[in-house]
Amino acid sequence: MNNALIFISFSVFTSLVSFLLDRQKTILGFKKGLKMFQNIIVPFLNILILVSLLLFIIPPQLIVKYLGAGSGAVGFAIAAAVGSITLIPGFISYPIASNLLKQGASYSTVAVFMTTLMMVGVVTLPLEIKYFGRRVAVLRNLLNLAVAIIIGLLIGIIL
Amino acid sequence: MTKKTWENFKPYIWLLSFVIFTIGSFWFGFNPGKTIYRSFTESFIEMIVFIPFLFIIVGLFDVWFPKEKIEKYIGKDSGIKGIFAVIILAMLQAGPLYGAFPVAYILYKKGASIKNIFIYLGAFSSLKIPMLGIEIGYLGLKFTLARTLVALPLFIALGYFMEWYLKDKNFKVNQI
Repeated sequence: MNNALIFISFSVFTSLVSFLLDRQKTILGFKKGLKMFQNIIVPFLNILILVSLLLFIIPPQLIVKYLGAGSGAVGFAIAAAVGSITLIPGFISYPIASNLLKQGASYSTVAVFMTTLMMVGVVTLPLEIKYFGRRVAVLRNLLNLAVAIIIGLLIGIIL
Repeated sequence: MTKKTWENFKPYIWLLSFVIFTIGSFWFGFNPGKTIYRSFTESFIEMIVFIPFLFIIVGLFDVWFPKEKIEKYIGKDSGIKGIFAVIILAMLQAGPLYGAFPVAYILYKKGASIKNIFIYLGAFSSLKIPMLGIEIGYLGLKFTLARTLVALPLFIALGYFMEWYLKDKNFKVNQI
């Protein structure tokens, strides 16, 4: 609820400022936003259905055991490995991450999962090699994995 | 059913089956179906209270900060301004990381430094505005801020490292 308030007040504020500066641009911006919303809403609903199904099928105790508060370094490593290997689009991974937190996963586990998902791509490595060459692509992924682990650990200290 | 109507209908299959499944579950008193429906509504509400507002903000951003304007500031000797420009440019994008590789090629063509190409990839992977919005919505402002503030300096450092490492190794980005 708190988050919704942040979004509502911020969007009302920016809309007002934008409207005062340039009415035409603001309307164009609204149209663009609406278009993006239309593009994302059905896939988003599908994901929510899928996540609800998965939550029912996978017992919460299992998630807690492997990624939860007591999972420690093992949970952290599992999260980093799964995040590096799989290719889950952002707007799918956030509902999953939010559920992980609710099931008792630590902030640092969730952070390393999210960061490796975003920055390390084992599945897309062949494609990346075509662009940058083998050495650079592999190096980028390894360094990003290291950075993701550092981010996860630091988040654990901060939050 | 023609091929075209089928294509139009396809994205709604999940949704439609779910609606039928839920109505059926309530009709026949199928408890697992009810539980799944309840967890769906919960996550639906969690989403719908912020996503529409997020897209208002993203749409406005798009018209006020067009990408073409920012691309002007990306050159070999662009210094701090160049770093800012690639980060802002990356933040305005959308899509998965492999969508950033073609853009990296364009940056390379336009004469961006090695450092800025890798800073771009870093910022693209984890600072895109629409994604930050979704992240705030789901994981909270505190988490998002902490992650962003920790990640940013690390990306920039990575960019400097890559530039130093690849300086005399004739680095290039290929078009495919």
